[in-house]
This record gives sequence, structure tokens and C-alpha cells, in this order.
Amino acid sequence: MDLDQITVALRSFWTVWLMLLMTGILVYAMWPGNRSKFDDAARIPLKDDGQEF
Amino acid sequence: MAEEKKGFSHDTIERNTLLLVVLILITVSIGGLVQIVPLFTIESTVEKVDGVRPYSPLELAGYNIYVREGCYNCHSQMVRPFRDEVERYGHYSLAAESMHDRPFQWGSKRTGPDLARVGGKYSDEWHVAHLVDPRAVVPESIMPGYAWMKDRPLKADDIADHLRALTVVGSAYTADQIANAKADLIAQQNPDADHDGLLSRYPKAVVSNFSGDPKVVTEMDALVAYLQVLGTMVDFTKYQSPAQLQQ
Amino acid sequence: MASATLTPGAALGSQRVSEDVRYYEDVIRLFTIAAVFWGVVGFLAGTFIALQLAFPALNLGLEWTSFGRLRPVHTSAVIFAFGGNVLFATSLYVVQRTCRQFLFGGEGLAKFIFWNYQIFIVLAALSYVLGYTQGKEYAEPEWILDLYLTVIWVLYAVSYIGTVMTRKESHIYVANWFFMAFILTVAILHLGNNVNWPVSLFGMKSYTFVSGVQSAMVQWWYGHNAVGFFLTAGFLGIMYYFVPKRAERPVYSYRLSIVHFWTLIFLYIWAGPHHLHYTALPDWAQTLGMTFSVMLWMPSWGGMINGIMTLSGAWDKLRTDPVLRFLVTSVAFYGMSTFEGPLMSVKPVNALSHYTDWTVGHVHSGALGWVAFVSFGAIYYLVPVLWKRAQLYSMRLVSYHFWTATIGIVLYITAMWVSGIMQGLMWRAYDNLGFLQYSFVETVAAMHPFYVIRALGGVLFVVGSLIMVYNLWRTAKGDVRIEKPYVTAPHKAAVGAA
Repeated sequence: MDLDQITVALRSFWTVWLMLLMTGILVYAMWPGNRSKFDDAARIPLKDDGQEF
Repeated sequence: MAEEKKGFSHDTIERNTLLLVVLILITVSIGGLVQIVPLFTIESTVEKVDGVRPYSPLELAGYNIYVREGCYNCHSQMVRPFRDEVERYGHYSLAAESMHDRPFQWGSKRTGPDLARVGGKYSDEWHVAHLVDPRAVVPESIMPGYAWMKDRPLKADDIADHLRALTVVGSAYTADQIANAKADLIAQQNPDADHDGLLSRYPKAVVSNFSGDPKVVTEMDALVAYLQVLGTMVDFTKYQSPAQLQQ
Repeated sequence: MASATLTPGAALGSQRVSEDVRYYEDVIRLFTIAAVFWGVVGFLAGTFIALQLAFPALNLGLEWTSFGRLRPVHTSAVIFAFGGNVLFATSLYVVQRTCRQFLFGGEGLAKFIFWNYQIFIVLAALSYVLGYTQGKEYAEPEWILDLYLTVIWVLYAVSYIGTVMTRKESHIYVANWFFMAFILTVAILHLGNNVNWPVSLFGMKSYTFVSGVQSAMVQWWYGHNAVGFFLTAGFLGIMYYFVPKRAERPVYSYRLSIVHFWTLIFLYIWAGPHHLHYTALPDWAQTLGMTFSVMLWMPSWGGMINGIMTLSGAWDKLRTDPVLRFLVTSVAFYGMSTFEGPLMSVKPVNALSHYTDWTVGHVHSGALGWVAFVSFGAIYYLVPVLWKRAQLYSMRLVSYHFWTATIGIVLYITAMWVSGIMQGLMWRAYDNLGFLQYSFVETVAAMHPFYVIRALGGVLFVVGSLIMVYNLWRTAKGDVRIEKPYVTAPHKAAVGAA
């Protein structure tokens, strides 16, 4: 397999990757069941109750 | 949605740091690879033209001074194919013309004019006077002066090592060129020396007593020798673009 | 706020006070001090070279002080010394707080990273001044320093990612994703752009394996993603922690932050070739670069909306809390420069803007307005927390800093817009007879007033940063300035000041 073929393979792989990644992320982000989990996650910085050593 | 069923949700990613790391790496790597790899594989990226050769030792020393002083911060070496640029600077730049620049000197800013084709446009005396005190020659110029270069002997004892390193990275110098590196460097700035060897090894190299004193090779000699070769290697009276060739 | 414990100069050792979560903060203090110090150095260097362009006698005729050698000192000082230390300080602070875990590798590793990074900065700056450079913008350090930085960076990745992996919080907070993308991608970029062969083992000089057009593509793949991942992803990590924290409310939409993250890192990596429009780079690569740059506008504005809307329902805080004003204004500048960027990447616009001051203005609206402002906001938040003070020495001084710096930025970018567009138009102007109307040097002379205005903008930005230094120093000492408080108390700290 030379560089030319690798390039072609990469380009196809990239297209598939783009679609998978973006669909997966959109579905996940908009999934109604995830809402409460996101609300919890968004509050992580506000919990902050530790101290310095 | 198929992902949800398999239990491979984004939540898994967040909980699994390594997976997040891998996904980031794949995502950012592909873009770079798809853009960069073909530049090495597609032959038309760098067109085939006659005349482009590796720099002569003195020109190379000049190139290194150009890089050292950060000239690329203010001068581009890339004429774009626009009417005004071609009229102002000359034929638009070809990829082949910078194939021995490691790294490229295309620049990103024109605080001063483009230098891709400055070679042969001005005399050596003009360049030296301009580099020593730019405002003495061009009153409105805002370029720094480089007077100290005129008196500084060029450190070139290791010039053959430079040629060897360049051979490793792909700008091939012959054993003959490497063996004669120091001699060629000295000969190029001494009009009275014997230049047959130099000119056979580096066709069209400009031999001149660049900054006045042929007995000492100064940094000014090297820089001017480099400036004088810029854009002169390809003979554009004979060059035909790929589009022209097809007709 | 965690700064409730008012124990000035409390023992910084590792004695446990309770079974609660523990953090290392000594090293965060060091990084914060370094960030402020290098910030002032970098702003001063920038102002000096701006003055050199207006008054070339300031090059002083010395090799070490010419513009060509000092410009990398400025860019490295602001990006890698100031920005880098800000990123180290905030990322190592945020990762502990949001993972509820102390630093992996302990404070020893973190301090090792700190001192070696400072040594790297000093060596890099010295090497530029002495004439050792690879000659690639934003990647100037020679091969030996590149290797040194690689070691430091790997240790940083170990410390950071190790902390995330050993976290006690089940979810990885979104700020950490951005920091991780920043750390990993910068590593790839640094390695990819610095494949060099040294002339000798004991010399600094090296040559790149790639040359000409490939060298250009690799360099701007690096250069643009240094902007994308160092100056954007990293600082978005700061935004996603410090804006919610200061506004005391969760980020506007966590969903949006997920989409923002993946689209941003996916699209940014393609944008590099817009630095090479109309050059000898093949057209297909230029077109790719332009397309992705324009698409990049969407996630960028998604992030901006997410940051600004975090304040919805609490807009009054902008009036009474100048620290929050820094943070929110930075996000607004982010929105502005991420609109301007895609615009300039469109080829016909780029034909005019490329090689001119417009590019310089664009960079600085992002660098001063976004990067520096979000950093100032984070530093003003961090210093009272880290030094265990209830409040900043003076909120009024924060406000003075804000306005001085803002006016400085406005002067800077408007001067560069005018000079850039003017110069681009002058270069392509023809007279009635069909000749080029202006010689090159006439266009240089026309820039002079704008270079003076730009330098003035830089001076104001430096003055603002000195106000900050004074304010932070008094804060660390534990002083509180007697001053009129802002009308409605934004948070407990300001009430204490009354």
C-alpha cells in the first residue's frame, strides 16, 4: 500500500468518521433522557467545597 | 441511535478518559493528514521547471542570515497571480522556486516589499548601502539598519556540514559540492578567483565582490549574494505553465 | 466561595485539616505570578516593536534589538509565556476542583513542570535575541529547545490526564475536555512542525525535512491550530469554568457545550491553508481551508452564545462586577474575531487583506480582546482565592484597568483596519494611464500615523496591566482599599468592602 492509496483510504475514512461523530454527538446531546444528567454536570463547578492541602 | 443501543453513548466517553483522549486524537489527526499527505504524493504540487538548484555555499550562508535576522517577519517571498503584483514584482511565484528553502520563506506580512524576485533588480552597491542605512537610500523606509554586518567576517568553517545536513533532509548536494564547499564560498565573492568549478557546480551563480573587500568574506557578502539570486533561477522567457502546455 | 477560610499565610504544607477533598495550590500561585509577570513583559515588548515600526531609529542599530529579532520575543512572550502560564495555572486549578481530586504526580511534578517551563521561556527568548531561530512564526525555538519543551509537555499531559483519570467526580466537566484537546493537539502540532535535522550535535542550527510548499502547509497547519487549540480551545476551557463560577450560575446550555466542543475541534484542524491563499499551494488545499474556515463560524458563535447567555437573568452583575465584565467582554471579542476570521478567509477578501495590517489587527482583537481579557478575568478571580483573601484590594481599580485596556484595544484594531485596508487598496491602485499609482514605499509612508495610534493603543494596554499588577499585589498582601462600593453588591466580597 503506497501513500496514494493511504490518502484515498483516509479520505473515505474521514467522511465516515465525520458523519458518525456528528450524528452521535447530536443524538446524545439532544436525547431527552440525558437532560437531568447534563443539569447535574453543569453544576460541577459550583459545588467546589474542597480545601488546599 | 444505533450507538445508544450498543451502550456506546457519550456518557461512556466522559467516564472513560482514555477513550476521550483517543477520540480527540483521531478527530484532530485526520484533518491534518488528509490535507498534508497529498502534497507529498500528488506530483503536480511542485511543477517541473528547469533551472532550480540548491543554493551555492555563499547563498546558503546568506539564506541563513536572512532567517536569523527574521527578515520573513516583514518581507514575503511569494508573488500572487494578480495583475498589480505581477507588474510590481514580476512573474507569480512557482512552488518549485522555493523547493530548497528549509523552511519556506513565503512570509505572511509585507511591511516591506515582496523579495521573491529581487535578484538582479538592484546593484550590489545599492543593497549594501541600503542594508547599512536604509533611510540613506529610501528616506521613508522603516527597515532596521544592518551596518554591523558589513564588518563581520562570515563564520563558514562548518559550511560543508550544512551541505551534508541539507543532503540528509532532501536537498541533495554532490560529494564534489560538499568537498569544495568552503572554496566555492570564498570564490563566489572574489571576481579575480577561478570560477569554472563554482559555475559548473552552481549554474548561473552570481560572482561579485559584493561588499567591497574580496579578502574577507563578510556576512554582508553572503546576504547580498542570497538576495541577488532570489527569483533568478527560472528563466521565465522559456517557462510555460501547465495550462499553456496543454494548448 | 472557597475563600471563606481567612488564614493569610496559612501553612502551605500537606497537613490535613479534615477528611475533605484536598488540592495543591502552591504551584497554582507560582503559575499565576509567572503569568502576570510575563504578561507585562510581553505587552511591553509588543509596544516597543510597535514603536519601532513608527520610529525606526528605535532599532538602535544593534543586532540584538532589531525588529526581526524582537518580534518573536514579543509573540512568544505573550502566547507561550503569558498565555501558557495562564493555561497552566487555570487548567491545573480547574482540573482539581472539577474532578475533586489533587494533582496526579503530586506537587513535586507540578513544580518541576513550572520551573522547567520558565527556564524554557528564558532560553527561547535569549536564543531569538542572539539569532538562533528556526524561522517559523510561533515555532521559532531551535531543535534542542523543541526537545526540551517536548519533555515538559509530556509531563504536563501526565499530570493533567492522570488527575482526570483518578477523579472522584463521575462526570468529566466540559472545561476539562477543552483543556485536554488543547494539551493533546498542541503536542501533535509541536512534534509535526519541528521534524528537523541538526547541522551538528553541538550547534543550534537545523534544517527542516519538509521544504517549500510542503513546509508552508505544515507550518500553517501548525500556526493556525496554535491559534485554534492553544489560544482558543485552552481559553474556552477557562471560559467554561470561570464564567459560570463568577456569575454563580451553571453554563447556559450544557448540550450546546458538547456540540460546541466536537464541532470546534473537528473543523479547526482544517483551516490552516487560508494563510496561503493565492500562493503556490495547490488550489484544492486552499479551497478546503476556506470552506472549513467559513464553517468554523458556527461552532465559534455557539460557544460565544453559551458563554454570554450564562448571564441571562443576572445581567445586572455586569454593572457591579468589573471582573465579570472582563470575562463577558472577552467572549464578545471572541465572537467578533471569529466572525472576522471566516470573513478574511474568503479568497476575494483575503486577496485584499493578506500581507497587510488588517491581519495584524485581526490577531490582536482575538489576542487582546479574547485571550488577554478572559485571562485577566480568571486571574482577578483566582488571586483572592489562592491567597485566601475575602476580596480583591479594589474593584474600582479593576474597572480602571478594564476601561484603559478596552480603549487601547479599540485604538489598536481600528488603526489596523484603516491602515490594512488602505495599504491593500494602494497596492492595487492604477492611475488613468494604466500604471500602478503608488510605489511601495509610498504605501509605507502612508502607514505612519496609524502605526503611532497603534503604539498608543499598546501603551494604554500596558498601563492597564500595571494597574492590575498593583491591585493584585495589594490583594495578596491582604489590603483592602477604602472606596465607594458598586451600587448593588454583586457578591459577598463586595459587601465586605463597604
